[in-house]
Amino acid sequence: MSTDTATAAPTRRDPTAPWPILQIRGLGVTFGGFQALTDVDLDARQGEVHFLIGPNGAGKTTLVDIITGLTKPTTGSVRFDDVELTGHKEHRIVHLGVGRSFQAATVFEALTVAENLDIAASFRMGLRGLLRQARGRRPEVAEALEVTGLHDVADRPAGALAHGQKQWLEIGMLLTQKPRLLLLDEPVAGMSPDERTRTGDLVRYVAKDCTVLVVEHDMDFMRRFADRVTVLHEGKVLKADATVAEVQADPVVQEVYIGRAKDDRNSVSRAAAATDTTTEETA
Amino acid sequence: MNTSTDTTGAAKAAPAGGTGTPGPGWFKRRVIGTKADVVPRITFAVVAFLLIVVAPGMLTAFRLDLLAKYLVFAIVAVGIALAWGRGGMLVLGQGLFFGLGGYVMAMHLQLADAGPGEKPMFMSLTGASDLPGLWEPFRSPVFTLVMVVALPMAVATLLGLLVFRSRVRGPYFAILTQALAAAFVILLVGQQDLTGGTNGLTVSTFFGLDLAKNSDKLTLYFIVLAVLLVVFLIARQMVKSRYGQLLVAVRDGEDRVRFLGYSPTTVKVVAFATAAGMAGVAGALFVPIVGIISPTSLGIVPSIEMVIWVAVGGRVSMAGAIAGALLVNFAKTELSEAMPSGWLYAQGLLFILVVAFAPRGLAGVGDWWRENRDRFDRFRPGARTAAPASGAAAGEGA
Repeated sequence: MSTDTATAAPTRRDPTAPWPILQIRGLGVTFGGFQALTDVDLDARQGEVHFLIGPNGAGKTTLVDIITGLTKPTTGSVRFDDVELTGHKEHRIVHLGVGRSFQAATVFEALTVAENLDIAASFRMGLRGLLRQARGRRPEVAEALEVTGLHDVADRPAGALAHGQKQWLEIGMLLTQKPRLLLLDEPVAGMSPDERTRTGDLVRYVAKDCTVLVVEHDMDFMRRFADRVTVLHEGKVLKADATVAEVQADPVVQEVYIGRAKDDRNSVSRAAAATDTTTEETA
Repeated sequence: MNTSTDTTGAAKAAPAGGTGTPGPGWFKRRVIGTKADVVPRITFAVVAFLLIVVAPGMLTAFRLDLLAKYLVFAIVAVGIALAWGRGGMLVLGQGLFFGLGGYVMAMHLQLADAGPGEKPMFMSLTGASDLPGLWEPFRSPVFTLVMVVALPMAVATLLGLLVFRSRVRGPYFAILTQALAAAFVILLVGQQDLTGGTNGLTVSTFFGLDLAKNSDKLTLYFIVLAVLLVVFLIARQMVKSRYGQLLVAVRDGEDRVRFLGYSPTTVKVVAFATAAGMAGVAGALFVPIVGIISPTSLGIVPSIEMVIWVAVGGRVSMAGAIAGALLVNFAKTELSEAMPSGWLYAQGLLFILVVAFAPRGLAGVGDWWRENRDRFDRFRPGARTAAPASGAAAGEGA
């Protein structure tokens, strides 16, 4: 993908990358009788910013948890660059090139910003290397400090950062690991419009050499920074691999987002119970 | 202290061709260090001078013996500070590892006292006919010295792999370690033929040193001091390394560490096993100094006391842990001499005070003062306005 994507570009289809690096097929997971995800298919191509949207409880974070190994799926497969991810331990999946952020930015507050980045960058080091003192600043750490704009606070404890800066630090930490697939869970939650723009630019920068899957609620943020969009609703794919324009024009998606308030909770669980039986039939 | 100072230090040292080269700035860089290093380094020099020169010269043999015992406890404390303060693993059963090291050493010393081919004295009382097979390998001094460290570390590694992999942490981990210490005591008491039961094992020599002779006791004191120094330097290197940062990271955000591609289990096992090894070494040195090891010195109560020393001294700081072990044990001796039943109450009070007012212990008092100075200034006329908050919560001082 070309570098001009660093600026907030309108949505586009990329015909040069037909082969999806991330292939999710027939993914389903049940938590104690509750069908959180049902038969989810998802493709993401090299270098695209793929948004995963949907109302609360749609299963977005669960999907991220499955890709990163935190949750084991009941059915289906996740293939990344032709390697099956399900069944691997979390830290192995990271070594396969998949990084993730958390809904609430998780950084090591007792360590300085530079130390946070340095630890992230050292993840391929053996124990013997880790037992040596860090000397100097790795180029990846310097790059991350530059890109995230945290250069001036590099030696401050991460606990002293503002909310937005913590999010950028977390993305910066992932950036030092040079992942090939990055999963960001609500990166702009609680941010000011200004911070959202900066986060979006950062996501665009990351996407230069990496596929980014963003879980987001914020429709405006999606409109500005998404290449492709998948809409989840009640654990099922409502709209797969669409452009922003297609999603905005889709009446069903509109219904889910706007008509959501009219839904009563009971119907949701009844629908979940119904899907439960249908998947058993198909399986 | 922070990476930027290290960076400049390394950048200057590199062109000079190696760290040991005495150049123009060598003394300042290596001995005095950066501004933040000055106070710890002066403290280190003063304490080293007191322990190496003043204490052996001024103290009676009895007091020096006590000091040696406190220094042994300080070795345990360093391990606890590493596992608990840095790694967030509240180890409430260090008595187990202390006991393993102690019994390994005591078995060898008893066999050495008995002479080649002979049984230890207590076995003639229990009526054992042959030396049990478990004892036989401990005739070898080399095997014994290896096992003093290796056995506690192996047990801790095994335990850690089991426990940390199934993501047992927090109070569950603490209770588990404590239960193991209790179980170990029951095992020792139950296997009287093998372990001497509640009486424990007594020793009178230590690798040719006569433990009744004052000059040999002085040698032993210096051995303990040297071991403590080595243990302190190992812990300090670990704390200052990337691994040390990773350990703090696991303490504060285990999931984040996992999703950065590290196995938190490995990180924790290394710290836990190191702490166990240190406790083992301490147990082994405790035997010749006190002359006996028995279940009473490694059950639940001693294990909790070990944690209290570290809490009082400051659990994130290795030096604080050493100070805590020395001061609390000194206070215990002094107070017990003056008022035999008073110590328990005093210890309880001390623990409450530390938990309530100085959660970072003695080593954290300085940081706490810097952070809260303006609160007190408010009550004075001409108060300065709010000072910028400084100092990481990790407390970087080793």
